[in-house]
Amino acid sequence: MNSNRFANGALGVLAWGVALLIFFPILWLLLTSFKTEQQAFTVVPNFFFSPTLESFKMALAQGSGYWHYAWNSALTAVASTVIGLALAVPAAYAMAFYPNKRTDFLLVWMVSTKFIPAVGVLIPIYLVYSAVGLLDNALGLTLLFTAMNLPIIVWMVYSYFRDIPKDIVEAADIDGASIMQTLFKVVLPLALPGLASTGLLALILAWNESFWSITMTDHSAATLAVYIASFKSAEGLFWAKMSAASVLAIAPIIVLGWFTQRQMVRGLTFGAVK
Amino acid sequence: MAIVELKNVAKNYGSQLKGASSSNAVDDFNLVTRDGEFVVLVGPSGCGKSTTMRMIAGLERNTEGEILIGGRDVSQVPPKERDIAMVFQSYALYPHMSVAENMAFSLRLKKRPAEEIKQKIDEAAQTLGIQHLLERKPRELSGGQRQRVALGRAIVRDPQVFLMDEPLSNLDAKLRVDMRAEIVKLHKRLKVTTFYVTHDQVEAMTMGERIVVMKDGKIQQIDTPINLYEFPANRFVAGFIGNPSMNFLPARHVDGVVSGDGYRLSLDAAHRATMASRGGADVWAGIRPEHLRLSDAAATNRIEGTVDVVETLGAVTMVQLSVGEHAVSAQLPGHRKVQLGDTLTLTCDSDKLHLFDSESELAIARESTAAPSAAEA
Repeated sequence: MNSNRFANGALGVLAWGVALLIFFPILWLLLTSFKTEQQAFTVVPNFFFSPTLESFKMALAQGSGYWHYAWNSALTAVASTVIGLALAVPAAYAMAFYPNKRTDFLLVWMVSTKFIPAVGVLIPIYLVYSAVGLLDNALGLTLLFTAMNLPIIVWMVYSYFRDIPKDIVEAADIDGASIMQTLFKVVLPLALPGLASTGLLALILAWNESFWSITMTDHSAATLAVYIASFKSAEGLFWAKMSAASVLAIAPIIVLGWFTQRQMVRGLTFGAVK
Repeated sequence: MAIVELKNVAKNYGSQLKGASSSNAVDDFNLVTRDGEFVVLVGPSGCGKSTTMRMIAGLERNTEGEILIGGRDVSQVPPKERDIAMVFQSYALYPHMSVAENMAFSLRLKKRPAEEIKQKIDEAAQTLGIQHLLERKPRELSGGQRQRVALGRAIVRDPQVFLMDEPLSNLDAKLRVDMRAEIVKLHKRLKVTTFYVTHDQVEAMTMGERIVVMKDGKIQQIDTPINLYEFPANRFVAGFIGNPSMNFLPARHVDGVVSGDGYRLSLDAAHRATMASRGGADVWAGIRPEHLRLSDAAATNRIEGTVDVVETLGAVTMVQLSVGEHAVSAQLPGHRKVQLGDTLTLTCDSDKLHLFDSESELAIARESTAAPSAAEA
């Protein structure tokens, strides 16, 4: 009994320790964003200071272009998610309800493309984009995000579709529904919770993406990742302003995640625990 | 309502699916139904009965032969154009729709007027006693209620053919018996040609006007329940139809008598006539447990054994005996006291005896008393 309680206590302390460790950078970011540049630079960091909104003012100032970057982030994230779902649903439908002997291979192959480091395909994609004029272009970036997330979206939608008994699809078939009617009136309503969490995940992955955003855009299609990086300028590092910018960049997605966390957890574990 | 014809229908999954064998899942299936007939497909799991039904539905394509519904070859026609309705083992109700919406689904797709849809749903609901459930979702219903909704969804469509794939196997025993009777009543009223798949021979015997017994993708026999019971075409059908199942004893035929270690049974005149040409031959002697009764050692037909198992059911007592190295079960009157280890002598009438060829396992028919065919019955 006692040793059990001790073990539980120890585990609790450990869990809190790990959680704090993971959260610490975000806490530090948050604290730094409310400091002046001088305070941010002190070698012995101080946890107690009079907070200032100076950095946020700078970060949101007319010239900084926060809204321009935020708009690009939102546009590319939402567009790539919508296009990704639109492409993934038919693919997953075919694989889930009309599998053939190549289906398993196809699924694994699709996901295996995610094993390749992005840098590995940077040069060919850069050259192609440069040739067709998609560099620093919102459409180009959207297509990249779509391609990047598509394997995960297909895989997730496929697993939600697989949870729908095949009998129900066959019953709709016999009842006289076309494939489109079966999809829109039977399959999609049943898979809606799964589709929602898949969409949220794709949205978050696209919003947070920085590698392609920084390399493939300059200004006109640049996202918040580029905006954050821009504070590392030739004149030196501006810790406080960079922190404020980062807070502004991650805030929307954290708020979104906070409100949808129940949906997310349910969606992500739905297939696994069955 | 329609006549359904299956001509040389076969299904071979071939290379379509991983792990599928190259042999036919269903082979050379031939059947012509009467208009409005209730046909039961029965057999052990994997015998091809569900595959046959799915081919009639169009959920699987037949790789050989023709399927005709009302004279039209539907082999290449998608399910929705075959004018059939199907009841699934899992019920396959649409979980996000209410009972009424489930039943209305097919009619709405056909763009029938709302008035007509409502009227049809009300009729079906009344027939099935589910008027009070129309606004509920499937998850709020019991198994039996879901089953009724599944039936309702099928009957609102006035299809030419009903297909029912083990519709009762998810229900508990008592409900199953009730629903069995209700489906038969429903069929009597609607008179729609119905195919019913089951692995349960009791269900098959009680519901089917004609029964198709299948094994390993092949039809073993097609006949009325009583003919299957009295004139099984082969040893498999004899053992499958009837509960408890028939006893089989390997025996040697000599001069109108089949015998083995612990048993000696003389043949009736009609069996003698057919066996005469065969001379001394090895056969399987088949006797149903309900045709065995106690006797004394002097009887001409006798089976002697020691009692291994006694099951007292009240109305009857089931006894299992060791006869030589074979097991024989017998159904004795309930009041009869039998002890484990007793030695019993049983007898049966010669005209209740079945004979099967020891090699082909086909029934050895009685001369001149061939089974009346189902068409005449």
